[in-house]
Amino acid sequence: MSVSDFLKHTTATWMKEDGPESDIVISTRIRVARNLSASPFPVLATENMAQEVLSKVTNAVMSDEFAALGKFEVLKIGEIGNIDREALVEKHLISRNLVEDSRVGAVAMRSDEVVSIMINEEDHLRIQVLYPGFQLEDGWNLATAVDDALEQRLEYAFDEKRGYLTACPTNVGTGIRASVMMHLPGLVHTNQIGRILSAISQVGLVVRGIYGEGSDAIGNLFQISNQLTLGQSEADIIENLAVVAGQIIAHERTARKQLVMENRDSIEDRVCRSFGILANARKIDSKETMQRLSDVRLGIDLGMIQGVSANILKELMVITRPGFLQKYAGVELAPQERDWRRASLIRERLQIDR
Amino acid sequence: MDCSECGNRPATVYFTKITNGSKTEMHLCEVCAKEKGELLGTTPNGFSINSLLAGILNFESQGIPVSAPQTLRCNTCGLTFNQFSQIGRFGCSDCYQAFEPRLDPLLRRIHGGTTHTGKIPARSGGVIQKRREIDQLRHQLNDRIQKEKFEEAASLRDQIRALESELGGSPNVSE
Repeated sequence: MSVSDFLKHTTATWMKEDGPESDIVISTRIRVARNLSASPFPVLATENMAQEVLSKVTNAVMSDEFAALGKFEVLKIGEIGNIDREALVEKHLISRNLVEDSRVGAVAMRSDEVVSIMINEEDHLRIQVLYPGFQLEDGWNLATAVDDALEQRLEYAFDEKRGYLTACPTNVGTGIRASVMMHLPGLVHTNQIGRILSAISQVGLVVRGIYGEGSDAIGNLFQISNQLTLGQSEADIIENLAVVAGQIIAHERTARKQLVMENRDSIEDRVCRSFGILANARKIDSKETMQRLSDVRLGIDLGMIQGVSANILKELMVITRPGFLQKYAGVELAPQERDWRRASLIRERLQIDR
Repeated sequence: MDCSECGNRPATVYFTKITNGSKTEMHLCEVCAKEKGELLGTTPNGFSINSLLAGILNFESQGIPVSAPQTLRCNTCGLTFNQFSQIGRFGCSDCYQAFEPRLDPLLRRIHGGTTHTGKIPARSGGVIQKRREIDQLRHQLNDRIQKEKFEEAASLRDQIRALESELGGSPNVSE
């Protein structure tokens, strides 16, 4: 299969399409945690109980109320091959937790992969909406519509005082985790990122690397999300994040202008060098890939590199990861083989545009 | 000096915690220090959200005299408060009721607030929605009375009565 066919058939909407502020905001994610009232949380559930939760949720997803929200398919984690599971994690459609720790784990996926509902993860339900670009409000509107449609058929664990009850006390209340993934090379190269990140943590938000808790920010990508779920309404939480993200976007734009004004030649040298490496390297590891991709994307945004699609950052940051590399190769690859395959996949992808 | 945690073994590990400028010192034996190891950052796996929560909960039971009995237990799933404080996860939705006496300080530490003000389930939350409306109207009513706007107050009172009678007559009061 050619790289362009592979991309067409295996990538999610957020990777293919643009959204508002796409030059800085890669994607927007809304995740909502919900539990059913009559069943223990997944951590204590027996196989039978988990199976019952899965069948209740499957019925709700296949109901008439749900049809208006699009075409959904329920995939059981146990029935998906290793490489495909890995690819779903790399696309950010399911969590590693669902793959590794879940009993009777499953995901209800909308055909465009904008909506995915994880079943029997840490909570019975984790509704996720993943949009390209900066679309917090639309993301919440879709997530709450999916939530309402599920609730037509399911009895939720809800308490008037504590709100939606969740397995972990850090999610109770609204159960909402809203996040934006941002590409911030300007703030990193002008050494302003540290100051901004510490300011963010003072307004109830957290910053993480791109693959969730515990991972470092590589490729100048930062995921910013709300930390608190109890005491504020969903609208307030979304608005707070939107305001802060909006300010970061403005700072990043200023930083990029400053870079071009003060250091045009060295930035141009840097981005073109990185392009040269991606276009010609025969062997490359994933960390270097992310750094070079970040440079090339900055070069595209600043008009220094032309004729290359801005989407290559989103596409390649996902399809150069181990699961996707092996999916494309059609066989399992040993870690040392992957670096060679990765370089060749990147070269093929860059040739599509040239 | 004996361990401040178990009081049985000699303290060999000294742990200092500084919160908002105020210093807390703990003198622990090796066994208790190991139990708190994750919190002290001495385990190679570092710092998980579970251990952080467990830490918050354990600090809760130290120093401050514990008002609730130690043996809080959820009758539905069998989880005890001590188990909860170790894993940092509830076992089922009824745990929230069972551990209610100890939840406020925990939730305040995590979230700042303790009461949900967001979305209510669209289908099953009708009663709660009405109760919230009544609360809001009562609030407005007090305000109008203080400002001596009695006509507006009377109309608010009628609205409250109407909602209250709907609630009283509603056959499906949930839970």
